[in-house]
Amino acid sequence: MTGPITPETAQVDPWPTDADLTDDVLVRVENLVKHFPVKGSGLVSRTIGQVQAVDGVSLTVRRGQTLGLVGETGCGKSTLARCIAGLLPATSGKVYFEGKDITNLPRRKMQPFRRDIQMIFQDPYGALNPRRRVGSIIGDPFAIHKTATGAARKKAVQELMERVGLNPEHYNRFPAEFSGGQRQRIGVARALALRPKLIICDEPVSALDVSIQAQVLNLLADLQKDFGLAYLFIAHDLEVVRHVSESVVVMYLGKVAEVGPKNPVYDTPRHPYTAALLSAAPAADPEAAASRQRIILSGDVPSPINPPSGCRFHPRCPKAQERCATEVPELEVKAGDMPTHLTTCHFPVQAGEILARSGRAPRGEAR
Amino acid sequence: MSLLEVSNLRVSFPTADGVVQAVRGVSFSVDSGKTIGIVGESGSGKTVLTQTLLGLAPGGEVSGRAMFDGADLLSLDPAHLRRIRGAEIAVIFQDPLTSLHPLYRVGWQISEMIRAHEKSVTKKQAHERAIEMLGRVGIPQPRQRVNDYPHQFSGGMRQRAMIAMALSLSPKLIIADEPTTALDATVQAQILDLLLRLQQESGTALIMITHDLGVVADIADDVMVMYAGRAAEKASKHDIFYAAHHPYTKGLLESIPNSSAAEDRLKPITGQPPSLINLPSGCAFHPRCRYVMDRCLTDQPNLVQVSESGTHLSACWLPAAAAGTAEAAEAIRRRAVLTGRNADSARIAEAIAERPEAEGSVIA
Amino acid sequence: MSLSELEFQAQTLGAAPAQAIEGRSQWRLTWARLRRDKMAVASMIVIIVIAILALLAPVFASLLHHGPNQVFPNSGLSSTGGPVSPGTNGFYFGTDELGRDLLVRVLYGARISLFVGITTTAIATVAGVAVGLISGFFGGLVDAVLARFIDTVLAFPFLVLALSLAVVFGPSLTIVIAVISFFSWAAISRIVRGQALSLKENQYIEAARSLGASPWRIMFIDILPNIMAPVLVLATLSIPAAIVFEATLSFLGLGVQPPTASWGNILAGAQSYYQIAWWYLVFPAGALLITTLAFNLLGDGVRDALDPRTERIFAARKKRRRRIWAGGPAAVGIESLVAPSTDGPEEA
Repeated sequence: MTGPITPETAQVDPWPTDADLTDDVLVRVENLVKHFPVKGSGLVSRTIGQVQAVDGVSLTVRRGQTLGLVGETGCGKSTLARCIAGLLPATSGKVYFEGKDITNLPRRKMQPFRRDIQMIFQDPYGALNPRRRVGSIIGDPFAIHKTATGAARKKAVQELMERVGLNPEHYNRFPAEFSGGQRQRIGVARALALRPKLIICDEPVSALDVSIQAQVLNLLADLQKDFGLAYLFIAHDLEVVRHVSESVVVMYLGKVAEVGPKNPVYDTPRHPYTAALLSAAPAADPEAAASRQRIILSGDVPSPINPPSGCRFHPRCPKAQERCATEVPELEVKAGDMPTHLTTCHFPVQAGEILARSGRAPRGEAR
Repeated sequence: MSLLEVSNLRVSFPTADGVVQAVRGVSFSVDSGKTIGIVGESGSGKTVLTQTLLGLAPGGEVSGRAMFDGADLLSLDPAHLRRIRGAEIAVIFQDPLTSLHPLYRVGWQISEMIRAHEKSVTKKQAHERAIEMLGRVGIPQPRQRVNDYPHQFSGGMRQRAMIAMALSLSPKLIIADEPTTALDATVQAQILDLLLRLQQESGTALIMITHDLGVVADIADDVMVMYAGRAAEKASKHDIFYAAHHPYTKGLLESIPNSSAAEDRLKPITGQPPSLINLPSGCAFHPRCRYVMDRCLTDQPNLVQVSESGTHLSACWLPAAAAGTAEAAEAIRRRAVLTGRNADSARIAEAIAERPEAEGSVIA
Repeated sequence: MSLSELEFQAQTLGAAPAQAIEGRSQWRLTWARLRRDKMAVASMIVIIVIAILALLAPVFASLLHHGPNQVFPNSGLSSTGGPVSPGTNGFYFGTDELGRDLLVRVLYGARISLFVGITTTAIATVAGVAVGLISGFFGGLVDAVLARFIDTVLAFPFLVLALSLAVVFGPSLTIVIAVISFFSWAAISRIVRGQALSLKENQYIEAARSLGASPWRIMFIDILPNIMAPVLVLATLSIPAAIVFEATLSFLGLGVQPPTASWGNILAGAQSYYQIAWWYLVFPAGALLITTLAFNLLGDGVRDALDPRTERIFAARKKRRRRIWAGGPAAVGIESLVAPSTDGPEEA
């Protein structure tokens, strides 16, 4: 399948496995755009610019699977997640859940979908109300959606606590009495309460110690198996994303750079940014680190208020040419790739190609 | 002769809740031109360790020695220490926004530091040197940017500015405390690349403090893994990653996705880091250790050589040959545990196994 | 059990025996800290005593056989027609110029003062919290309008309004309560609004929204508990302010009218007689002083008890402090009460 995918021409789910399994699609995002107005200072505040946080992103999350969403600061991944969850109104574009349009629904209409779409947040210290007891926090979904009261609710909450590895006797404790890893588990329990179909995980392990990260990652993996959950897993740590996801979306400055099943993307990245990101991700393996190609980008990640013209990556791209500054590349399958591996690049990375080399003398790995 | 040789450093702080033993007898050395990575999680004492070396952690009770270029840093008077700080030992902190003064221009901060240490340098000369340093660290248009304030720099640029400041006096040793934790991956790669390049150019020694084993795998020559205020293991980079002896090091590697020791299913270290006020008896890691034996509850292990070369040290009661993830090593561990584990430690092992995250991966 | 295993148990999760584990709520900890504060405890005792005395005022009146407005021209006035001094003829506080028992009048005045103090504070707190929450949480146009309104009220000259109202409607206790409430709620509202604005940004609020909670639920279940601390302090400190305000109004003749006794209007009468009857001034003034002082000290104590950082500062001053903990003395102000202490094990 070649050529750009547009909502009109897309009759087939962009990522078929064997056949057209559109009923397997849980969430479909089409051309989502989210701009934040920048207000000028003055007596009457006018809008002098737009933060183009998300600028036309399409993706699909399939039932029971994990889609990893990676990118650096300013790529818009958190904003995208919040638009999907209905926490931020999208400027344009569509979000479909199980085929139904849930874009910018008013709160009451969105309410039933909230049972199926849940979120886990990054900050274990900020995501729980410090003045509420843990049992009350985890029981919130039951209270809000009126699905269980009194003793039944307490029992359900304690079962959840046990399921995520907390002691159910701590029902009456406050968040401050738990460690960071445990608080994250509380957040997981809260998200799990109504047996959602999709959990959006916004950097759930970034703020945790390494040894605790593994605990939470294993927990998430187990829950996925037991409950058939789908995850939209947002992270900046590429190795963590590789570990948990089946498919990966790489975002840069509000646009999708590359998308596809994880092995093709990680092993043969086509977008220079993906390649640079992979080379920059520190792997806890000296031989792997020494043998990989070091692509050092120039400059910092630009601001989403005034993104570069054409391909947004072109100012830092080691392969940039004139065309890249003027023409926005489309998301399409590049020659030799699987139909599910798409890239937005005019000059994708070819097999065996050497990109910019760093000026550092290589370090030997064995001593 | 090492550039810096720390012997038996101990630091403790009295607090309202009790005495916090932040550092409990740590020794290590750094040679010129080499990089040592100090790895540890929260509460391991790694930050207090280096802050104490430079007198930046007041209020603690310090003992031990830190010989730098013939002088003991821990017993120097503040004036002497101030002379060394910046000129001979430079520090790069984690968050450049809070370590650069927000109200003064970046160029001014650099030139002030130069002039504070080299009295003969004029303002103009110092300014020129500041511009040159900013250029060396890769800040574009340094002549314009030297007059900017820190908030006008992006995160990566700020960190580069901090490095420029650190290097402006050509120090012999740089202590970098989590310099890239707050930065994006691609920017982190740039900064690490820069640090290494500059180190190779000027032969500076580098102490890199981090919790990220990936950073260590990239740039360190030697590694010291800290746990609960003590060194758990000290070795060359290769040995740490491919022949880890201490169960904590091994546990860390097994819990990081795609590390040298990880498998498909991560094996997390169960439990939490210990309180530094109420430390466990014997080996501080024993409440979380898969291989806990009776001896671990009562005797605190000291660093012993576990390889013939003498450069690989581990503070563990397991036999020296039990290093790495090979089957043979695991068999040695199992045998040691079978003989060394009786009722006391068996109960602890059971408690560890009962934790939900353990998934039965305890040597019974 | 070996010692190490005891230690081990102390560190692991869920190692406690099967008794219900109660969380240490903020209020329990606050109460414990408050009990340790001697000044606060003393103030509480004083307030309780005053309250009891006020409640029992009619009992005192009947025991002494002196009504609050009862005039005793014979036993209560001296031969020259002036008030009698404390201790004569069973008038323990002396009398006023009409020969009324000052003790009984002061006690009845306490009833007025406490009643005004508490009701106005109650009204102001409820109204202030409601408006502040709505304004801060909803933001936008609602906030723009309400915030301006709050600012306007705060900018008003209180006394002028009180005067005008008294002139229009005639002075009475109701006017007093209305005026004081009207001005007190705005101060509380402004603080609550500020807190709501900043608390709104917390991730747990976002989490509540993602669960589908309605704005009202978020306001009352998630935000309100976090602002109770500064509100409590403000309320405790509003009471003495209200008492003084009432006394002022009554002193000026705009509040409680004679013959009903209020500390304010007793003092008004005392203006002309204090030179020959010191007790006429001293006792009501003293009562006013002690009452407001007690409430103010209690308010300070409550504020200190609610802020856990203050305790650490005092404890640490006795020993040397670790630099790593929240550097520098915490500003002991109301805003600091809202930020919970977040020292988890992750602190290096």
